[in-house]
Amino acid sequence: MSDLTPSQTVGPFYAYGLTPKGRAHWDPDGTYSWKETVGDNLITPDASGQKIHITGVIRDGDGVPIPDAMLEIWQADSQGRYAHPRDPRAPNASFKGFGRSACNKQGEFGFDTIKPGQVPGPNGKLQAPHVVVCIFSRGMLRQVYTRLYFPDEAANATDQILALVPEDRRHTLIARKEKDGVYRFDIKVQGDDETVFFEI
Amino acid sequence: MSLIYPTKGLIDYPKHLSPGYKSTIKRSPSKPLIVVPHTLSELTGPVYGHNAIEEGDNDLTKMHKGEPLGERIIVHGQILDEDKRPVPEVLVELWQANACGRYVHIVDQHPAPLDPNFTGAGRTLTDKNGYYKFVTIKPGAYPWGNHHNAWRPNHIHFSLFGHSFLSRLVTQMYFPGDYLFPFDPIFNSVPDEKARNRMIATFDLENTVPEWALAFRFDIVLRGREGTPMDEEKH
Repeated sequence: MSDLTPSQTVGPFYAYGLTPKGRAHWDPDGTYSWKETVGDNLITPDASGQKIHITGVIRDGDGVPIPDAMLEIWQADSQGRYAHPRDPRAPNASFKGFGRSACNKQGEFGFDTIKPGQVPGPNGKLQAPHVVVCIFSRGMLRQVYTRLYFPDEAANATDQILALVPEDRRHTLIARKEKDGVYRFDIKVQGDDETVFFEI
Repeated sequence: MSLIYPTKGLIDYPKHLSPGYKSTIKRSPSKPLIVVPHTLSELTGPVYGHNAIEEGDNDLTKMHKGEPLGERIIVHGQILDEDKRPVPEVLVELWQANACGRYVHIVDQHPAPLDPNFTGAGRTLTDKNGYYKFVTIKPGAYPWGNHHNAWRPNHIHFSLFGHSFLSRLVTQMYFPGDYLFPFDPIFNSVPDEKARNRMIATFDLENTVPEWALAFRFDIVLRGREGTPMDEEKH
């Protein structure tokens, strides 16, 4: 028992409110198009660091793509700083570190962003570069959280959060490098090779 | 202020797998969620300023040439944390069906008319007291394919941000006394009756505007409360 307002599903029809300019192209005529507050391009003109593209497909327990999922990402800037008052370090550029992507009919999502730097973790040790991913969908009564890590990062070996994940499932959190600056992060909501989700 | 986000209160959220709502069967994690400590990555979250919204974004009745059909209503309330402190200057987004129970979304093709004067999406920022206000029309009930003769109770979808990414909440606001409550597996996915009732707005006669609009009050409590010294030690 708490006083929290319970979560409910985002449902199938969120796009015109939450991702009106998104890649879902729910409204090909643009009849009801609305300006967007949160989009899938996080890059600001003054943001330093490596520009990257994150793409992936989200699938259900049968391996069927989920076309009506919505993904949100939260991340630090290239120097590992969050644009939030709780991060005591010098503020970053206008880079917010927050993005939102709808999925298209093939269950595909995508973000243009900056590769994050390392942020402090438990006991003052640095975490490996990562992006926090939050997933909403019809058929999900509450959001699920996961993390995207990058391949070829020596820091992954000492990351304290990754260390809590059973070794045989850790690979589900590590994006695949498709080419320079392009990372693939496929998500399996359920079943074999289920993506690791966190209770946080 | 150093907020903590105990997971205990999440007991009042629906379970990921709630078979009465069929789509959860293939879209819920089957493996145990991994418990991890809250780091700076979880304890921070997006911050929005007034440039995120424009004048009129919170009045869904004035976004087109004419006025939408339906019952005009005021939906307002406060966003609070678990200590009942107001959550100021956070983004509140909503979307809903029109008075006939039809969404403008292209996938909604059920045989009810669209209203050329109603899109059904709005957004606003809470003020320094955590207060928000929308003007809209009362959404209609609509059928959905979950089971034979399934109808959703009237509801408005809400998307909310709090002090951190952990306070993020997507929920639905229901209207008092809806006769469809007993039959709706989404509403009933919340196991505790008191918790379910927290998703129901209250009819607010005091803020009703005579000759113009009825009012409903919907206060929302997000995750996050002040930590005690004992909590600090645990981290």
